[in-house]
Amino acid sequence: MMKKANLELGVGLFVLAGLACLVYLAVHLGEMEIFGKGYRVTADFDNISGLKLGAAVEVAGVEVGRVEEIQITPGHQARLVLRLREGLKIYDDAIASIRTKGIIGDKFVKLSPGASGAAIGPGGRIRDTESAVEWEELISKYIHGKV
Amino acid sequence: MKNLVSALGRGGLKIVQEAGEMALFLLAALGQACRRPFRFRRLMQEIHFIGLKSGLIVLLTASFTGMVLALQGYYTLRKYGSEGALGSAVALSLIRELGPVLTALMVSGRAGSAITAEIGIMRITEQLDALDTMAINPLQYVVMPKLLASLISVPLLTAIFDVVGIMGGYLIGVVLLGVSSGAYFSGIVQSVVSLDINGGMVKSLVFGLTIILVACYKGYFTGRGAEGVSRATTETVVLSAILVLAWDYVLTSFFM
Amino acid sequence: MIELIDVVRTFDGQRVLDGINLTIPRGKITVIIGKSGAGKSVLLKHLVGLLKPERGRILIDGFDITQAKGRQLQECRKKFGVLFQGGALFDSLTVFENVAFPLREKTRLSAAEIAVRTRQRLAQVNLSQEMEDKFPDELSGGMKKRVALARALIEEPEILLFDEPVTGLDPPMTNTVFHLIAKTHQEIGYTGVVVSHDIPAVFQVADYVAMLHQGKIIAWGSPAEVQANPLPMVQGFIRGEVNFLEG
Repeated sequence: MMKKANLELGVGLFVLAGLACLVYLAVHLGEMEIFGKGYRVTADFDNISGLKLGAAVEVAGVEVGRVEEIQITPGHQARLVLRLREGLKIYDDAIASIRTKGIIGDKFVKLSPGASGAAIGPGGRIRDTESAVEWEELISKYIHGKV
Repeated sequence: MKNLVSALGRGGLKIVQEAGEMALFLLAALGQACRRPFRFRRLMQEIHFIGLKSGLIVLLTASFTGMVLALQGYYTLRKYGSEGALGSAVALSLIRELGPVLTALMVSGRAGSAITAEIGIMRITEQLDALDTMAINPLQYVVMPKLLASLISVPLLTAIFDVVGIMGGYLIGVVLLGVSSGAYFSGIVQSVVSLDINGGMVKSLVFGLTIILVACYKGYFTGRGAEGVSRATTETVVLSAILVLAWDYVLTSFFM
Repeated sequence: MIELIDVVRTFDGQRVLDGINLTIPRGKITVIIGKSGAGKSVLLKHLVGLLKPERGRILIDGFDITQAKGRQLQECRKKFGVLFQGGALFDSLTVFENVAFPLREKTRLSAAEIAVRTRQRLAQVNLSQEMEDKFPDELSGGMKKRVALARALIEEPEILLFDEPVTGLDPPMTNTVFHLIAKTHQEIGYTGVVVSHDIPAVFQVADYVAMLHQGKIIAWGSPAEVQANPLPMVQGFIRGEVNFLEG
């Protein structure tokens, strides 16, 4: 009977350890949204230039949300659905821009929350957007002397 | 030339036939899971053997893999001044590819070969026939608990592999080479998405089932005598490794 | 009663069973003799449905086991106990657990009841209580056979099949095993089928003897009748003549 208790204890510990690792991966590292906290706003861009699902949304360099969906609008713009942290207030004159971390880093959405006008609530839209800076375009403009 | 082509055809047919037989074997064995009685204790024994007893080798492999990834990654990334991306490089390699693949290969080498030998010996010493004549289905008593145990154990082992590997990378990257701890972890948090983790887990489920299925199948239909068992064991290890790597490519192309 | 009607089975193009007709009477021990590789063990495995014939029928009390599948086959197999050639004991279980195995897995008897029955069977094959906790690889060949016999008897089967019960045993152990077969047969009254090439020792347990040669039953009757059979093949086998064995 001793043997049986040991077997069950060992298996129990193994399953617990495995589940703990799985939960750590999913919740802590993968930032799995268990209850889908926060609220969603949309923003349309002319060009998001390879921004990926799950990319960070930052205010003053602090991560406040994630890109939850990427769609294409009927007018051929890129529509991002951003999930923002509960309690973060953004206003009518907020600006969303696509930026890159360093030269070869990940793309992310930089958000300036604005200060005047009505607050943008859940389901609202950020009107002012700046598209990604395309290095090739900048360089070609420079070469052809249009700057 | 004609002989060569027909030999090729024969080989191809044999592979297709074996794949089909294995699929039928899998269905027959998993069908037994719904039959009473459900032998909970047998399942525990198999999780103990396939999961718990593979723990140490998985811990060792995982920490060294994480460490070497950090070392290689650090010197490559430093050329571009992006040491900060070390965490995400280590974590993504582990979670997407190396965790599921290496765990499966380790479990196959340790538990898969042993399972083939065990079932093969039960076959040649007529223990499987004995079960049959006692009106106990050997698929239900011997094979099915192993398959279920693989579905439970291998994903858990993979999760352990991923976490331990990331810690191994932390040890080398942060403690030894001086990447900042915050950069390491925030890099991971920012680059790893649920799809990566889900994909890794789906892979480990498929790999786990594959290696234990191959092990059971080869043992169940082993050739005659000790030589038959030894050949079956070798075939298990080789075939499992090939199938894991082939599945890995197929699944990766699905998830990307 | 077991009836075999025109049973045919081929392996690799060779007819191992070539139209077997045989009746095995209830409650008696029938011994099937024949040289090694004549297909005796194959015949035995057909009786319990481990192998299926290409043609012919095998009736167990009128029920055709060759056509049975799934639940029906399992029901039919409950009548059988089989003593396999090497014993076929489960390596990972002790002697006690091996003998108790069918009761533990298939019945709802209490642990105490199972222990009582298991000890009773072990005593029946003259195994003492010290042997209970040994594992099969710690046992001699004769011991294994006795444990396997106890396991085959535990559910009091109507039919007991013995596949080469004394092969590889020394003469005293051979006699012990045959003595145990005779004794348990007397106590339980099962229908016994013994496959063996141990001539003439096997005659001591036989009620009937059938000789299998080149896929056919060439002689059948009481031991005395078979020993008096004029066929040269039968006489050659019983006397152990060399040219017969090689031919």
